Amino acid sequence: MLRFLIRRALGAAVIIVLLIALTYFAFFSLPTDPASLSCPKGCSPQLLAQIRENMHLNQPIVVQFWHYFSGLFVGQDFGNLGHCAAPCFGYSYNSQQFVWDRIAANYPATFTLAVGGAACFLSIGVGLGMISAWKQGSFWDKAASSISLVGQSTQIYFLGPLAMALFVVNLKWLVQPNYTPFTQDPWACFQGMILPWLVMSVIFWSNYTRQVRSLMLEQLSEDHIRAARAKGMSNSYVWWRYALRGAMAPIVTIFGIDLGAVFSGAIITEYTFGVHGLGYLAVQAVHQEDLYLELGVLIFSSVSILLFNIIVDAAYALLDPRVRLG
Amino acid sequence: MSTLTKSEAVDAPQAGNAFLSVRDLRVRFRTEDGIVNAVNNLTFDLEQGKTLGIVGESGSGKSVSNLAVMGLHNPRNTTIEGTVTLDGQELLTASQRELEKLRGNKMAMIFQDALAALSPYYTIGRQIAEPFMKHTGANKKEGRERAIEMLRRVGIPQPQTRVDDFPHQFSGGMRQRAMIAMALVCDPQLLIADEPTTALDVTVQAQIVDLLKDLQQESGTSIVFITHDLGVIREIADDVLVMYAGRAVERGTMREVLKTSQHPYGWGLLSSIPRINSSVDVPLEPIPGTPPSLLNPPTGCAFNPRCAYRELVDGDKCVTERPPLELANGHLSACHLTPAQKQSILTEQILPRLSS
Repeated sequence: MLRFLIRRALGAAVIIVLLIALTYFAFFSLPTDPASLSCPKGCSPQLLAQIRENMHLNQPIVVQFWHYFSGLFVGQDFGNLGHCAAPCFGYSYNSQQFVWDRIAANYPATFTLAVGGAACFLSIGVGLGMISAWKQGSFWDKAASSISLVGQSTQIYFLGPLAMALFVVNLKWLVQPNYTPFTQDPWACFQGMILPWLVMSVIFWSNYTRQVRSLMLEQLSEDHIRAARAKGMSNSYVWWRYALRGAMAPIVTIFGIDLGAVFSGAIITEYTFGVHGLGYLAVQAVHQEDLYLELGVLIFSSVSILLFNIIVDAAYALLDPRVRLG
Repeated sequence: MSTLTKSEAVDAPQAGNAFLSVRDLRVRFRTEDGIVNAVNNLTFDLEQGKTLGIVGESGSGKSVSNLAVMGLHNPRNTTIEGTVTLDGQELLTASQRELEKLRGNKMAMIFQDALAALSPYYTIGRQIAEPFMKHTGANKKEGRERAIEMLRRVGIPQPQTRVDDFPHQFSGGMRQRAMIAMALVCDPQLLIADEPTTALDVTVQAQIVDLLKDLQQESGTSIVFITHDLGVIREIADDVLVMYAGRAVERGTMREVLKTSQHPYGWGLLSSIPRINSSVDVPLEPIPGTPPSLLNPPTGCAFNPRCAYRELVDGDKCVTERPPLELANGHLSACHLTPAQKQSILTEQILPRLSS
């Protein structure tokens, strides 16, 4: 297991280095002037020169890249803007802040959205799938399948405003979605995020419902289920310990991939509900052509996806004794 | 002593004093294509410590009837009628809870494909210990010790370490042994072995059969042994029940059925066994045709489309009338041929072919 983790970590490191290099060169070798993009309106030639100097744009691109890359680990100096401590993702001129500080400021919102949303889509999706499999062919089965299908075909930017109009404006059951740090006020955090969590989970959960249903039905028809019942194991024991156990590995795989997606920033959900997370930051960066910010968000998201991929593979080995890592 | 009371009429619903008694068992499945009559009017008895071999082709209702005894059919699409009594207790009307107490405890089952029948996610030890812990209330430690003891009993080397292995780490023969250990962990009085040797090579087959015989002698278990291998039947069975298209077509002691079969299907089975001492130039004689569909079984005798002796019966009786299971030349068989015809075909055609 340890060998596997080390190997995967090394592999991931190589991927990350390549990714940083590729995106960096793609961004900074374009025939645009990053300095003038970073310069606010009515920018004086002195300021432009200053920015150019700070971004090391007067030096060859390879040296520029080296500044950026080494900055990720040891930090770098931006002239009169001061020292940017590691991990330094550069300086966002538009907001006059280091990129890392902006990511760090927005990440808790993404994190909260991801944790709550994942909890919602996992529990609702798996729950509906279990009901479907349990009451196979019944009204509940059909209802769960239909809801899932509708859920999967819905768009967040459609469902989100609709839900807000209904629950916030008309029924007044919920407050306007907003992000309050959990550490500051857990209840306010829950109230403000419950709608984004649920709406975001809709597009994810249907996949789980269908998967869990078919996996459970497949498992329940397996010989070892019948053998377990022949041993005198009760229905519920067989259901939870044998069938669900067998259905778990594929579910965990999908869950890991989805986690990677939500933890790297849910752009549409964050924008729909005005939650200022990583996805929101990414959109802002693109709008403002803030290259360092774009690069920073991209690298950060990629790392979290890679991380979850490794976790999924490791979890798979823990869940299925037949899988050998190494 | 024979465990079958020969004089008893097939349709007599009185439960004898046999340990396992099956009367007029009927199993039907509802499928998308229609109703499948998987088992019809099946009646047999099994006494304590004896072995009943059930023989038949795939789809003849061997497994289905025994899954019905265990109560393992999905009640959603299965209708089961008749009576099944185990040691005086009626099984078909028993509640799920009562059945759960019996399964794995008083009656246990071994399946054909041990790899599929063992969960890949739990250790062998845990899977053996599970029914023991459930039925005796033993704790984990006692369960584990019992599992080791059982593995030793079925001849697994180094049971103390193998107990923590997963099924995929066992070889095919060892998995089948582990399955037997799992079935026998609570010393069941009835063991249903559903083709336990079919997936194994001959050497391991012989070992497994010996193992079952030894275990039976130790604990006096009654065994229902389902197979399509007549060689294995000869080794283990006291009585034999031949099934065709969901019905019993022949029933008697092992010697009676294997030596003096009274049914064309039985003759076909016997003729299709390869013999080590027969001439290589004499081809094996298979039974022509394929097993009938139980959705739409042939009228009259279900074997009639494949039967070579149909013309010997007057008129079209084979097609219109189902032969009852009745006594002919010593044991029960279901065929319209007269006992004299059967005897002459057996002695003049079948036996010479078998000994050639």
